Amino acid sequence: MENNNEKSRILSIQNLIIKFKLRGQVLTAIRDISLDLYKGESLAIVGESGSGKSVLVKSIMGLLDKNGYIDQGEILYKDYNLAKFSTEKDWLKIRGKEIAMVTQDPMTSLNPLKTVGKQIEECVVLHQGLKGKDAYNQTLRLLTDVGIHDVEKRYKQYPHEFSGGMRQRIVIAIAVACNPKILICDEPTTALDVTIQAQILQLLKNLQEKYGLTTIYITHDLGVVAKVADRIAVMYAGDIIEVGKTHEVFFNGKHPYTWALLSSLPQLGAKGEELYSIKGTPPNLFNEIKGDAFAPRNPYALNIDFIERPPFFQVSETHFAKTWLLHSDAPKVEPPQSLQGFFEEGRRYAHEY
Amino acid sequence: MPMSTREVLLEVRNLNVTFGKGKNKFQAIRDVSFEIYKGETFGLVGESGSGKTTIGRSIMRINEVTGGKILFKGKPINGQISKDWDREITQKIQMIFQDPMASLNERAKVDYIISEGLVNTKKYKSDADRLEKVRNALLEVGLLPEFASRFPHEFSGGQRQRIGIARALVMEPEFIIADEPISALDVSIRAQVLNLLSNLQKQNDLTYLFIAHDLSIVRFITDRTAVIYKGEIVELAETEKLFSNPIHPYTRALISAVPEPNPYKEQAKTIEIYDPSQHNYEMDPPSFVEIEEGHFVLANEEEISRYRATFTIGV
Repeated sequence: MENNNEKSRILSIQNLIIKFKLRGQVLTAIRDISLDLYKGESLAIVGESGSGKSVLVKSIMGLLDKNGYIDQGEILYKDYNLAKFSTEKDWLKIRGKEIAMVTQDPMTSLNPLKTVGKQIEECVVLHQGLKGKDAYNQTLRLLTDVGIHDVEKRYKQYPHEFSGGMRQRIVIAIAVACNPKILICDEPTTALDVTIQAQILQLLKNLQEKYGLTTIYITHDLGVVAKVADRIAVMYAGDIIEVGKTHEVFFNGKHPYTWALLSSLPQLGAKGEELYSIKGTPPNLFNEIKGDAFAPRNPYALNIDFIERPPFFQVSETHFAKTWLLHSDAPKVEPPQSLQGFFEEGRRYAHEY
Repeated sequence: MPMSTREVLLEVRNLNVTFGKGKNKFQAIRDVSFEIYKGETFGLVGESGSGKTTIGRSIMRINEVTGGKILFKGKPINGQISKDWDREITQKIQMIFQDPMASLNERAKVDYIISEGLVNTKKYKSDADRLEKVRNALLEVGLLPEFASRFPHEFSGGQRQRIGIARALVMEPEFIIADEPISALDVSIRAQVLNLLSNLQKQNDLTYLFIAHDLSIVRFITDRTAVIYKGEIVELAETEKLFSNPIHPYTRALISAVPEPNPYKEQAKTIEIYDPSQHNYEMDPPSFVEIEEGHFVLANEEEISRYRATFTIGV
């Protein structure tokens, strides 16, 4: 991942370990993750609940719960090492101004007692340094940008007067009002209907272009990923097990967990037949994990998977996967039958576009 | 299989549901009719607020019906009905709820949760018989019988949903209304619960009404699907027909909005947007028309001829 010349690194996570103290025990939520974020790209982090994807981005925003702490590693942004930040004062330099976040549920992330206009203007005043009429006009501009009509009237309305999709637009306006460099979208459309979801995703894409944002999407919906992401990082049990360009991970995935995730999509299932489902449960993060965390659920597991943790193997310049199957001594394993057709289709598209 | 020869298990005829009175009157369901055949999985899709849950709740007799009829095995289930029939319906029609975190009694043990229906309808001979039924229901959904003595908070989301399914199964139902049964679950658990539902259907000869907003899942699991928009069914067809050849502009918009797991396709795709003002229904009111066998669409005369035209060309 070092030699990506075309884009410059904007954020770099190095050997990050995050632990939580819980009922006298220690839980390792993030197990030695390294990840680079390049300027202007949109990266999707996918994984099941409990895989640590939310914890990872919360650590970038300094929003870890009180019992969580960074045990090791660095989060480098500009000249700062965010992992070393300890006071709220430190974080105020980053939060909102540099990195902003859109959360999952627009029903709970707005203040019900304030008009939406005031809530947006608050950010404009604080982060853009505008006052009075200027701030008001800028707020109206933002409302227009996020696709809200009749802005002067809407400015004076309260959150309960908006539908779910419209509220999410307001949340996005607030995030963008801070003029951030990085926008984190944590399941931005999970609470919304499909038609609204499509509109919000389109909006986020447009804003990304307009404001030159770098975006991180957290989601478990691979359809959403296909729409918005340039790169994907697949997380499992607190580790990134595969990372690459969207089409590389979709159509040339290498890690058995990626295969399993794709296979369990209903779109790939044949009607009347069993849908592929991953056997077993994710590992208990209170215990120390030996080898590949996915090994006990992995039908392709090799002996070494239970003993030694696999490093990143390089598949292409941009595509890496943590699985021993890529080692030169490993037996040749084909992806499951059900995925062959899907991969084939992807290769066909790759030629067409 | 020709449709006409199949046994109709549930029939909804001109269903109307209104909430509120006078000024606050709101018509949630407008003149909805459909039939569900025995042994099939019938899908009901629509956005939030479209009335899909209200239909499910009307069949469960949770919501009062303002107009129209609901027939189960040819006999009405609303209004004045005999006590025996009432009891039979209560037992034969069961429901699986959306959120397994909210739909189980936190203070009750699994044993109680599952056997509550049995107790209410006195559908067991002795306590041993009841425990046996609970045991079997747990085994059927892939849980251990020992779990009966535990509380809901001890289980994961997927396991809790299985308890919810066991609670429905223990009544030996014929018809199950599944209202978004997997939308609150994690991706990898979804597949497990979907498989469980279809296996149970085969084993126990069940009929499902599957209410969902996720079209990719509806496409995978249902035999026929109805699309509902603002309290009206706008299109109804065999699921494959509906997805491969959607006619109503709302259906088309809905299907185009579903993200596909294919980055090439997805990033090149344009999304159709449904504009309800495109219909000219003031002069020429729409009706529910069969445009090909088993494929119904809500349209007026002018639209029907237009839809037919595109249909024969095969666009």
